[in-house]
Amino acid sequence: MTEHTPNLKAAKITGGVATDQRHDSAHKHVAGTAVYIDDMPEPAGTLHVGLGLSNVAHGTLKNVDLSEVRSAPGVVDVLTYADVPGENDVSPSGMHDDPVFAQGKVQFHGQPIFAVVAETREQARRAARLAKIEYEELPAIISIWDLDTEKDKQVASPLTLTRGDAAAAIAAAPRRVKGRMKLGGQDHFYLEGQISLAVPGEDDEVTVYCSTQGPSETQHLVAHVLGVPSHAVTVEVRRMGGGFGGKETQANQCAAIAAIAAKKHKRAVKVRLDRDEDMTATGKRHDFAIDYEVGFDDEGNILGVDYIFALNAGFSADLSGPVGDRALFHCDNTYFYPNVHAKSAPLYTNTVSNTAFRGFGGPQGMVGAERVIDEVAFAVGKDSLEIRKLNFYDPMGAPGDRNLTPYHQKVEDCIIQRIVAELEESADYARRRREIAAFNNNSRFIKRGMALTPVKFGISFTKTESNQAGALVHVYADGSVHMNHGGTEMGQGLHLKVAQVVAEEFQIDLDRVKITATTTAKVPNTAPTAASSGADLNGMAAQDAARQIRKRLAAFAAEKYQVPTDQVVFLPNRVRVGNQEISFNDLVKQAYLNRIQLSAAGFYKTPKIHWDRAKGRGHAFYYFAYGAACSEVSVDTLTGEYVVERADILHDTGRSLNRAIDIGQVEGGFIQGMGWLTTEELWWDGKGRLRTHAPSTYKIPLASDRPKIFNVALTDWSEAYEPTIHRSKAVGEPPLPHGMSVLHALSDAVASVADHKICPRLDAPATPERVLMAIERLRAEAAPKK
Amino acid sequence: MTTVKTRNEIRFILNSEDVALGDVAPSETLLDFLRLKRTLRGTKEGCAEGDCGACTVLVGRLSGGKLVYESVNACIRFMGSLDGCHVVTVEHLRGENGNLHPVQQAMVDFHGSQCGFCTPGFVMSLYGLWMKSPEPSDAEIEKALQGNLCRCTGYEAIMRAARAISDYGKVARDPLLAERRAVTARLEALKDGSRVEIGAGKSRLVVPADVDDLAAVLEAEPTATVVAGSTDVGLWVTKHMREIAPAVFIASIDGLHGMSEDKGVITIGAGVTYTEAFATLAKRIPALGPLFDRLGGEQVRNMGTIGGNIANGSPIGDTPPPLIALGATLTLRKGTVRRTISLQDFFIAYGKQDRAPGEFVEAVHVPVPAKGENFAVYKVTKRRDEDITATLGAFWLTLAKDGTVAEVRIAYGGMAATPKRASAVEAALVGKPWTEATVEAAMAKYAEDFTPLTDMRATAEYRALAARNLLLRFYMETTGTKAPLQVSRYEAA
Repeated sequence: MTEHTPNLKAAKITGGVATDQRHDSAHKHVAGTAVYIDDMPEPAGTLHVGLGLSNVAHGTLKNVDLSEVRSAPGVVDVLTYADVPGENDVSPSGMHDDPVFAQGKVQFHGQPIFAVVAETREQARRAARLAKIEYEELPAIISIWDLDTEKDKQVASPLTLTRGDAAAAIAAAPRRVKGRMKLGGQDHFYLEGQISLAVPGEDDEVTVYCSTQGPSETQHLVAHVLGVPSHAVTVEVRRMGGGFGGKETQANQCAAIAAIAAKKHKRAVKVRLDRDEDMTATGKRHDFAIDYEVGFDDEGNILGVDYIFALNAGFSADLSGPVGDRALFHCDNTYFYPNVHAKSAPLYTNTVSNTAFRGFGGPQGMVGAERVIDEVAFAVGKDSLEIRKLNFYDPMGAPGDRNLTPYHQKVEDCIIQRIVAELEESADYARRRREIAAFNNNSRFIKRGMALTPVKFGISFTKTESNQAGALVHVYADGSVHMNHGGTEMGQGLHLKVAQVVAEEFQIDLDRVKITATTTAKVPNTAPTAASSGADLNGMAAQDAARQIRKRLAAFAAEKYQVPTDQVVFLPNRVRVGNQEISFNDLVKQAYLNRIQLSAAGFYKTPKIHWDRAKGRGHAFYYFAYGAACSEVSVDTLTGEYVVERADILHDTGRSLNRAIDIGQVEGGFIQGMGWLTTEELWWDGKGRLRTHAPSTYKIPLASDRPKIFNVALTDWSEAYEPTIHRSKAVGEPPLPHGMSVLHALSDAVASVADHKICPRLDAPATPERVLMAIERLRAEAAPKK
Repeated sequence: MTTVKTRNEIRFILNSEDVALGDVAPSETLLDFLRLKRTLRGTKEGCAEGDCGACTVLVGRLSGGKLVYESVNACIRFMGSLDGCHVVTVEHLRGENGNLHPVQQAMVDFHGSQCGFCTPGFVMSLYGLWMKSPEPSDAEIEKALQGNLCRCTGYEAIMRAARAISDYGKVARDPLLAERRAVTARLEALKDGSRVEIGAGKSRLVVPADVDDLAAVLEAEPTATVVAGSTDVGLWVTKHMREIAPAVFIASIDGLHGMSEDKGVITIGAGVTYTEAFATLAKRIPALGPLFDRLGGEQVRNMGTIGGNIANGSPIGDTPPPLIALGATLTLRKGTVRRTISLQDFFIAYGKQDRAPGEFVEAVHVPVPAKGENFAVYKVTKRRDEDITATLGAFWLTLAKDGTVAEVRIAYGGMAATPKRASAVEAALVGKPWTEATVEAAMAKYAEDFTPLTDMRATAEYRALAARNLLLRFYMETTGTKAPLQVSRYEAA
């Protein structure tokens, strides 16, 4: 037995809040000993699943002949919709439009029709190819580009935000521009694909080990599919190999299939998708078509703006309604619109159902806002940065009234002016702007470009009930602590941050706090780990649990040693009670012997927020996170190829719980956002087949795509305006839109071929092809007319 | 014909352990073997196609008697190709005292992991680099990591860790290097000059003893699948679930790994990997260096062969166009009969090459450009590194004394069903003064040579436009201009 010997003289605990701790699993990651679901020892007799996917984008199933599949070597069973004991549906939005297995019809290429259950994974995959399926093909909608946002089918109800009279303001404005932007989607490309291992229990029970960001939702949907109460289903996840939103709802189908098979055959069943299947059959970031019209004055002050955000929902609702909402919530980015009208249109297509992806529509809204800024800047002939600054919301504490969002929430915590000013300085914007102009004058083929783009990101789920969290903390008699909460770990360091909060609360060293797997059996009815909310919500819940126990310990100590409660002070690894100090471990031991409850369930719900969707009004977000990025690129005007020469980012995480973790989130978020807007292109062929379904064809950034010079800093002066957990701010999603600075730097380089007179209207992803084609277009437009 | 000894098992070293396997399917991958049969689950599957690097392990092999360790993708590496090798997985890195290896400790201290799933692969790639280059430059690190995808960190933290590895320990003390002599001896002992034959029919696997034996095996079994680096055949199995038996594994045949130069012609054995060829080619034909740096990721370059790139006849293989432009020839062998043809004639049509059943590519012969011969090759892709070509142009040109074009060979990949010469463009150049006006006139001729396709990599319009612009880039380069002509990762533009 190893004896713990805490430092009882320490001035500070190790690993409290606001310290740069390493990821709690880092030593296991590097050694290959961190256990992901596919690494768990399989129970004896574990069966494996291979999926049978639709080969057409839209059609009725005329004949499904699975006889050869059934008789293939190793095959134990083939499951179809007929094998679903409960409802054949995993819709997360209650729309009943997400079948586990296609029934009667298929609505996208790659839709699961059946599942082979076999002794080995290879046998299951091989057998799945033997199906003979006859379809009666129906016309398929592959793209939203030509759809009508008034007439064509939508999967969820659209949202409209209105403030003032946008149409009148635009009509009366001295200058007007109208345009349209194509904005591509994005595959999550989590390195660990979708996976579930279901282990059957007694009666109706089943435990599903699932790589999911939303264990509670997975639990409820598995129960729904099995036709059993939620109490029969336990979902557990220790860690995911990446999530990014792609395992918020998309994990549910594999979990359901594994559970159905496990219950039917009373054997453990594993479903692990191949990368191609994962990319083909599970949802992605929504691609958008953004229509905009803006009215402005000769200085570049925006007077009115009108947006239509059409998004490709795919064949079912999933989260497309809320994603469209969040695009609208961010169509202002950091800008005050005196008059605004914006509507969403989550359009039905015969493609995979799109879903949550880091930012959840927010980045798409911001990209629309930044395009509008660019249009204004080109129209009035000014640097885009000037136009940005002109239209910012009023800074925090300013007396002005330019602070109302399109959803009528007052922006009370705006710090974008200071961030942009500091970044302009540290990135040496003005000098480099001049140098770039000089360079471009002297370089015939290679052109440089630069842009500085701001970010404001709203923190809270707009679905109010999701803004709650639970935690369970046990203190064992030896003084060691077991920590559990509803959040899930996908690499973002959530468990570490929450453990830091708990260590801080008890004033014990971080290694005394055990991080444990998220399970629905310990903390129920949790929100998915999404919307950047993990640390905000679960940190508060865990703090609440720890405080309850601490209070009991304090009361116990006060009583036992006959001192007032305020004379019980938790010091590092010890407690001062009156004039004496007792180690935390000893106090806990004494409390146990005196029958003090050393376990507590904590709870938190975000205050202040409310949202009336029908009216388009409310205090939708508890607070905002801010940041800005400045990127510079070089573009080859013969091929459209480019490199990012430099990027500087200044980002606000309030009083960071862990700056090392937050810097990692900012760096990673920026690169992921850059990938989305540059080389990551989802390409469907005319038959609706996704042809970029693997890393050989779908190109996420590499180490060699990083900016050559990459300076990332956190604001060291900011703190959350609201009493968040230790005044820190959420950091998961807000850095992703910093990738916009690369898109706009590319656009700036493109604009140089026409002397910055024409807005390049560079669509995304700005692949070398799109860049070259934009260059050609601008050259043609700028050429003297014959 | 001499008879060779046969053996019915493959033999290799796995970490510390000697392994002999008599029951190996031709399509069994190293990754499945590690994870399913040995429960060595530190090595992950991310894509099963050799692109993401989550499955990276090191494979040590004797190359010219010297033991070299290279990073490879276990997901597309077949067990049959491991005879006589030392497989090193992430589980082997930790010291006996349980301490982390310097590579691992640096990754921990510099926050190089977030979700951690790609991390063992990064650790193995960095380990392979560090053994060769203990103080690597950023360019070396990025090159070593071209085949490793991370979706969380944005790589910056991994770069910081990679630069710092040597602060955590000295290469000389590394266990693999310390044991080098012993492992070399063990591997030499495994090389018994036998042919390996396992199974029959759909499970038949052969590892020929040497080149002559390969010729004999293929003559006897002309429908066999020849597997060299398996960077393409691997996907036939993992993605298309194709049967590849009988499979003949040639990666370990020393006689195919030779490189030599005679009278200005470099002969490259069909089994020479991109990595093996790089140093010589980059030195002798410098324009090929940057191309090879952008061909696959490091693991693919360590596995893939130039012979395989040619033999599989892909229209988007990156080596045929430059080799055609250079005027390369190919030696094909069937049994004991050899013939040499021009490389360009090897490619007949899509999926069809001038190769008879039982015949195999033995070597390619590449003339080194002499003084006064201009040569360049440009690859255009969506993502700079580790991407498949959208269009690739190769240019070889000589000028007459009067400044007119004497001879020119231009070949493209990605523009037609095979690697193809731009004959009309060439015709528009020959005999004309080598000026921008001539080049512009020739650029109009591309439409006669190529009708490219639209696919997920590029549209036909882009391919056509970028392809003809490459000729202008080539022209500008020959003028010796100081102005930047390409964006560069490692130099300021």
